[in-house]
Amino acid sequence: MLEFFSSEEVQKTIEIFVNEFPMAIWETVYVTVISTFFAVVIGLPLGVILVAGDKGKILKIPSGVLHVLNVIINLLRSVPFLILMIMVFPLTRLIVGTVVGTVASIVPLVIAAFPFIARLVETSLRELDPNIVEMAQSMGAKPIQIIVKVMIPESIPSLLSNLTTAMTTILGYSAMSGIIGGGGLGKIAINYGYYRYRYLVMLLAVIFLILLVQIIQTVGTHLSTRLDRRPRDRA
Amino acid sequence: MIEIKNLSKTFTTKSGDVEALKNISLTIPDGEIYGIIGMSGAGKSTLVRCINMLERPTEGSVLIDGVNLSELSEAQLRQERQKITMIFQDFNLLMQRNCLKNVCFPLELAGVKKSKAVARATELLEIVGLADKAKNYPAQLSGGQQQRVAIARALATHPKILLCDEATSALDPQTTHSILSLIRDVRDRLGLTVIVITHQMSVVEEICGRVAILNGGEVAEEGPVNEVFSAPKSEAAKRLVYPDSYSETLAPTPSEHFIRVVYNGAEVSKTPLIAQMAMDKNIPASIRSASTRSIGGKAYGNMLLSVTGDEALASEAISYLSEIPDIIAEEVRPNA
Repeated sequence: MLEFFSSEEVQKTIEIFVNEFPMAIWETVYVTVISTFFAVVIGLPLGVILVAGDKGKILKIPSGVLHVLNVIINLLRSVPFLILMIMVFPLTRLIVGTVVGTVASIVPLVIAAFPFIARLVETSLRELDPNIVEMAQSMGAKPIQIIVKVMIPESIPSLLSNLTTAMTTILGYSAMSGIIGGGGLGKIAINYGYYRYRYLVMLLAVIFLILLVQIIQTVGTHLSTRLDRRPRDRA
Repeated sequence: MIEIKNLSKTFTTKSGDVEALKNISLTIPDGEIYGIIGMSGAGKSTLVRCINMLERPTEGSVLIDGVNLSELSEAQLRQERQKITMIFQDFNLLMQRNCLKNVCFPLELAGVKKSKAVARATELLEIVGLADKAKNYPAQLSGGQQQRVAIARALATHPKILLCDEATSALDPQTTHSILSLIRDVRDRLGLTVIVITHQMSVVEEICGRVAILNGGEVAEEGPVNEVFSAPKSEAAKRLVYPDSYSETLAPTPSEHFIRVVYNGAEVSKTPLIAQMAMDKNIPASIRSASTRSIGGKAYGNMLLSVTGDEALASEAISYLSEIPDIIAEEVRPNA
């Protein structure tokens, strides 16, 4: 164990840290943010459809369509991320032009994350009191108005806290993508720690991953409570 | 005018069909505060939801000023709903919007310009006495204040009908009273027609002009509140008006007779009715329950007396009591 902390090793680690970590941290943050963004763009509407289309209450969507959607989401969520990444190589090549590199890892990340986000959005929206939707209908709200003005805004605190969970999961996946050519902290941890036995570098990469998760979680929780207008202490 | 014609609603559930409403016909004139009262499960909430088509009736129709709502398209119906607004037991305010924006909500739906909506909402918060709470969020308000915001919101689109679905059931008696006064006040001021759904007699007594008693999905009785409540004819109405007669704890002993005495404006506040009967006829009666009040020196309400003795004694007591003006006396057999 001690040899990992020899002065030579520490020297080398510092060198790697200074040369490679800033870029790796940036790549990890960038990939996580972009992937989360696209996953939300796809997952949010799907989650809304799952809830609003249920029993034809708000949107009239054939139950067959909902059923197929549910199956697709479950299928995608069942495939382990590593395997999913390999399975979507053709799609990645089609969109990005290559299957290796930081940008290429965004495609499998989005595909892995959007079904997860759709489910989380579904959970958040189902928490909403159905009487609130009835109220909006009684005032002549159109389905789109119910979704945009009632369902989503009333669920913001829950949505934000669920999206925080999603983002930390995506961060974890992005590290995993280092195995097959994705960039970022994951790549450093695997390249130095696994292939070259530089455990100190790996440890450092893991510490930074933990730090990033902490930051995302803290900011997310803070926003979620901060934006909730239902304070516990009544005036 | 609201005309409900032969309205029926059947829900299809896994365990079979449930007839929530059976052949209901009611006419509600403009400007009326109309009560619909019944026990839980009587179909009140379903009926009120049929009036704005949140529930589509299985049969029959609802006509508002001659327009048959069942025949309207979804878009036309949404338009019409701006004129038939609703308040609820749980207020159903948007918790993530402040009071002002809650009142703006129906105006946003209707596409009213923001500056106009804010002006209208401010004016309405003024009317319900909450102008100072405009920037507060619903969670910061008491139940009564939340219902006031809900009333302001319901009035935003200049409705002609206000549906109140158990609007005071979650409130304490004093707050109930102030909300009912507000409803009466806005009715007078804006010429609304109000439909009040409730299970509380006191609510109907306090503000309604007419009442329909709903029982098992059917209208058991309908008419002006003072008539229905002073001389209920149907079983369901009697159960509501004289709940004590039906209470199991009051089951009479074999030789005991129950006599219900209804005060319908009798001038008895000065004479001791029961003592007088004991002296005049030598009939001792005990009071099992009473709910009377004096309005302008006249007595209103009802009382349940018990007399122990044979049939002749009971009928003597009834005829004695019946001779007093504005008093109705009749024997009740709770288990009959």
